[in-house]
Amino acid sequence: MLELVTFSLLNGVVYGLLLFMLSSGLTLIWSMMGVLNFAHASMFMLGAYFSYQLGLAIGFWPALVIAPLLVGAVGAAVERFGLRHVHRQGHVGEILFTFGLAYLIAEVVIMVWGRNPIENRVPAAIDFPAFALFGTSYPFYKVLMMAISVGMFVFLWLAFKRTRIGLVIQAELTHPQMVSALGHDVPRVFVLVFAVGSALAAMAGVIGGFALLTEPNMAAALGPIVFVVVVVGGLGSIPGALVASMLIGIVQTFAVALDYSLLDLLRPLGVSMARSSPLYELCSIKVAQAAPILPYLLLVLMLILRPKGLMGTRET
Amino acid sequence: MKGRTLHLICLAAAAIAFAAPASAVVKIAYIDPLSGGAASAGINAQKHMAFLVDRVNAAGGLNGEKLELLSFDNKVSPQESLIVLKKALDEGARYVFQGNGSAVAHAITEAVLKHNERNPGKEVLFFNYAAIDPALTNEKCNFWHFRFDSDVDMKMQALTNVIAKDPKIKRVYLINQDYSFGKAVAAAAQKMLAEKRPDITIVGDELHPLQKVQDFSPYVAKIKAAGADTVITGNWSNDMLLLIKAAKDAGLKVSWYTYYAGALGTPSAIGKDGVGSVIQVSEWHNNVSPELDPVAAAFRKRYPDKDDEFSYYRLMTAFDLFAAAAAKAKSNDPVKVARALEGLKIATTVGEVEMRADNHQVLQPMFVSVMADNVKYDVEKTGFGFRTLAKIEGRDAALPTTCKMQRPG
Repeated sequence: MLELVTFSLLNGVVYGLLLFMLSSGLTLIWSMMGVLNFAHASMFMLGAYFSYQLGLAIGFWPALVIAPLLVGAVGAAVERFGLRHVHRQGHVGEILFTFGLAYLIAEVVIMVWGRNPIENRVPAAIDFPAFALFGTSYPFYKVLMMAISVGMFVFLWLAFKRTRIGLVIQAELTHPQMVSALGHDVPRVFVLVFAVGSALAAMAGVIGGFALLTEPNMAAALGPIVFVVVVVGGLGSIPGALVASMLIGIVQTFAVALDYSLLDLLRPLGVSMARSSPLYELCSIKVAQAAPILPYLLLVLMLILRPKGLMGTRET
Repeated sequence: MKGRTLHLICLAAAAIAFAAPASAVVKIAYIDPLSGGAASAGINAQKHMAFLVDRVNAAGGLNGEKLELLSFDNKVSPQESLIVLKKALDEGARYVFQGNGSAVAHAITEAVLKHNERNPGKEVLFFNYAAIDPALTNEKCNFWHFRFDSDVDMKMQALTNVIAKDPKIKRVYLINQDYSFGKAVAAAAQKMLAEKRPDITIVGDELHPLQKVQDFSPYVAKIKAAGADTVITGNWSNDMLLLIKAAKDAGLKVSWYTYYAGALGTPSAIGKDGVGSVIQVSEWHNNVSPELDPVAAAFRKRYPDKDDEFSYYRLMTAFDLFAAAAAKAKSNDPVKVARALEGLKIATTVGEVEMRADNHQVLQPMFVSVMADNVKYDVEKTGFGFRTLAKIEGRDAALPTTCKMQRPG
């Protein structure tokens, strides 16, 4: 039992930190630029594919740095030559633009790497056990993933609170004209924000690529959950995104371990239900079976009860 | 002079008129996902279809008529399938091939049944090559549906035969996708293990959402906590790959008895972790005979890409049975072909194949095989392939059916 709880906790934390890596860039872009970036998970996918390809040529460690930089450059180009022009048409235009972009990127990936998952294995450089727990060795790459995720949080938090550019970005959020009048190049800051956001997603992709599967549908598969993190955590709040990611990771992991249904809960209260009852099917669903929809339940409840999210500063 | 010209024109017209029936074609509709998440399987099977249609045509076609393949994308959706089925019928297709998804197969078999009742003389046959819900040849059977893959229960029969002979297996965990197919796998495993090995404990019977889980670590932790030594799963595609991946990370040491470990893309993703522990049941694999099947070799030559593995041996069987039935009926009329197919037996390179008359379920040899690295022919250029553990002859896999076949007039 202790073993199951320990591993569930560990798995939950790891999954939560992966979600944070994936969503921190999105919350950055969304809160700074007001752009609901549907192509964010595509940047994650590009990170996975780029690092795989680079890894074959130059090894894992250089790829870990270069792949996110490349994707950051792609992000900068998208902002400079695409989004900036669409921006004038307002938010609907931006949403449609990033929506289309996500499809475009997926098709390009299919053309280059094919439809099937590529054999993206854990690189030999980090494929060794980190420590043993209850006689089971724990892979090092998961520890690395946690470290990178925590590092990302510290970097973002410091960049916002302690640097000049962070202050400019925060000021721009509410008073773009004023910041511009003071001589700051607002469009250039937007390019920077979009590039950094994309690079963060790509960094997650480097690790996520072999932790999960590297295939053309990975963006579509992870896209929705990222929005849940951002909404639950609260717009523009990096600590909020961290808390929300961990919450979702741990809730989902523990839910899988629970083999109880609503019916089991009601039984001690003397309630029983016949198999023929129309509610039987619903009440006999085990928590474990419902685990993957719990984040979305959280999303809906959050939007109803607390629209600004756990730690958000303004309404969604 | 004038008379001769008229004569020539008449002759030419007559020649065209007579040439028309000679150049008639038998239209075959292929309905499966060609876009979206399941497209890789659909596109791979489409290449098999194109290859096999050409093979039949090269041998002279059916009763002198060439086959023509029409492809339709159904995005694995039953609703979409009904729309494209209508289109296929409008374009003159008389034979429909589909495989991906039992829900889709249920929709098509019902639509075909209705169409044939309402349009006598324009009947259509449904050749199902991969949807293996047992219901399709039992309570939901009909005269127009023929299945060329072994169903869930037959495959579980084969897997449990091998499990029954392994005394090391004591604790079995079932993990399956939460829909009709996954539930059918779990039910078959429960029933057959209880019959063949009552000493085995089933330590878990898990259903998880279909193609929604990104991280299987929580499930693997549960399997581990249950102390399982063997896992039985019908999972396919990402659900299979991610499960094996998570198990490897957690250091889970179990044997995997699977339906789809050999499916396209899966051996690549499993890699060397599967050697010796991943077992599948299928109607064929690269190493069933000492030399690679000549048809598989020809397929490899035409489609050399690693994403284009020859894997649907049963589609070849389907076309061979189809051709044999058309020859026996001396007609390409679907009703006559259907009657000829019933009870038809042919020899294939792996053994005798029979189309059961009572429920239209094919009886073909099945192989239980294990992933290995010292095989002659690998899959997907991975260096790994499958080695046969046991062969089950077609007639030995026959199960009783509840089908009450209604034959036309």
